[in-house]
Amino acid sequence: MAEPKRKLMQGNIACVQGAIYAGMRFFAGYPITPSTEIAEGSARELPRIGGRFIQMEDEIASIAAVIAASVTGKKSMTATSGPGFSLMLENIGYAYITETPCVIVNVQRGGPSTGLPTKVSQSDTMQARWGTHGDYTAIAVAPSSVGDTITETIRAFNLAERFRTPVTILLDEVIGHMREMVTLPEPGQIPIFNRVKPTVPPDKFEPFAMTANLVSPMPAYGEGYRYNVTGLTHDTMGFSTNRADEIWPKLDKLKNKIEHYTDEITKLRVEMMDDAEIAYISYGTVARTSLQAASIARKAGVKVGSIQLYTIWPFPDKQLLELCARCKKVIVGELNMGQIVHEVKRVLPRDIEVHTAQRYDGEILTPLQLLKKLEEVM
Amino acid sequence: MGKLLDKIEIPQDRYEVRLSGSGGQGMILAAVILGEAIGGGDGRNVVQSQSYGPEARGGASKSDVVISSNEIYYPKAMKLDMLLAMTQESMDKYFEDLKEGGTLIVDTTLVTHVPTDNYYGLPFTRLAREEAGHVMVANVIALAAIGAITGVVSREALTESVLSRAPKGTEEKNRKAIEIGWREGLKLKK
Repeated sequence: MAEPKRKLMQGNIACVQGAIYAGMRFFAGYPITPSTEIAEGSARELPRIGGRFIQMEDEIASIAAVIAASVTGKKSMTATSGPGFSLMLENIGYAYITETPCVIVNVQRGGPSTGLPTKVSQSDTMQARWGTHGDYTAIAVAPSSVGDTITETIRAFNLAERFRTPVTILLDEVIGHMREMVTLPEPGQIPIFNRVKPTVPPDKFEPFAMTANLVSPMPAYGEGYRYNVTGLTHDTMGFSTNRADEIWPKLDKLKNKIEHYTDEITKLRVEMMDDAEIAYISYGTVARTSLQAASIARKAGVKVGSIQLYTIWPFPDKQLLELCARCKKVIVGELNMGQIVHEVKRVLPRDIEVHTAQRYDGEILTPLQLLKKLEEVM
Repeated sequence: MGKLLDKIEIPQDRYEVRLSGSGGQGMILAAVILGEAIGGGDGRNVVQSQSYGPEARGGASKSDVVISSNEIYYPKAMKLDMLLAMTQESMDKYFEDLKEGGTLIVDTTLVTHVPTDNYYGLPFTRLAREEAGHVMVANVIALAAIGAITGVVSREALTESVLSRAPKGTEEKNRKAIEIGWREGLKLKK
């Protein structure tokens, strides 16, 4: 067999390729900079493989179509940026409570509002966790390269299917638009998870049954299993309830089906941390600046390392605590006014100093900025 | 601990290229072609990025290619090893990003003032118009000259990459453009 060909690929296109590899067969969206190439790529690729692409009238309709397509059994995705993500949030809540797997890509740009359409930002980090109202637990992943974007998109679909939940991919303008050499994975090279379907006869079907792992088998509409899908808090049969003994378990299910498996969802890249006294903590584009700064500082004799969060939500409390156990100081780098730093402060003991390096002018943090901060805190 | 910033060194395992000119001169396409030629050929890593947005339409436009045999951490240019300036405006805007001793290549058709004596000058736009038969291939002539002068890309890899991107019917013009650029580049090579 021929050697798999390396290609120069744009981040947004890598997202499309990863999604298709994972089994995406439906995309609905409303194009917005800097995510537009994901819609374009999906429009080009999906019809060729029997999938469907729809450009909807807006973002609210886009996520509604994505949820509906998923209920009919198709792996579904939409892509947007901050303004569109804000519009989608109400229906994303509907996906949480109806436990509908789907993937939402947010290629972040500066905000609030229409903000900086062509400029990079990481200011939707908290929105991906708390954006829609109510109690729930979110999963969000953050790639930092074009290659990562393929694997993290596949992982996002797998997590969505496994946990029956929306998963957010936090890309940003820099990764979305840059091109890097990548090799697409061969079929079968990366495992694909498909949602578990019911095996009981339709008349015994309990659509939101409490299973051992808290994830209920999910049929596709049209397969003979009839059930009610509602945004109202519901019992295990899918009908709305006001009974405390049904509300508690439903909401606990939304939380625990994910949080009990945090260790399996967590993904980090840890470099130069073995003897590190100072750690850069970052995600997305900034993680690459951190690695650059840390490797430069190491050559100058500074014991500094880098912890990159691929999984942002659920936050990896336990792992971060262990990794920073020998650190005296950490520097949290973000393209915002400080979001994930609050989680870091929550997790780390008081005797570890938490410093920040922030930028929110539409440009990425440079190695020099992170090195200056390092010098300042040393 | 002494001052860290006095002790740090710019990583030596990166080669950073910026192709700059004005919107419409095909600098972004040229960077994609260069990236594909380098990354596809011998397996080096490549990151291509560009200025994106209103400032890229008219005015100075740039596209960067970072090349390394190792993993490329920081994806943008830190200090350029090579700058191509196709217009005076891009020359003026990006010269300060070139590292000391870096390679400067300018289109002498449009750049009249170069702030150093240490540069390679070729009339890419004029060569494209008069010898290659179309001003559109000035970017390809420039790429070939870059290859000949710096050795950053082989002629074979560049030709393959250019032809894979060339619209049908323009193959001969592009081959010609590579020939011209490579020939003129070799003449200047120090």
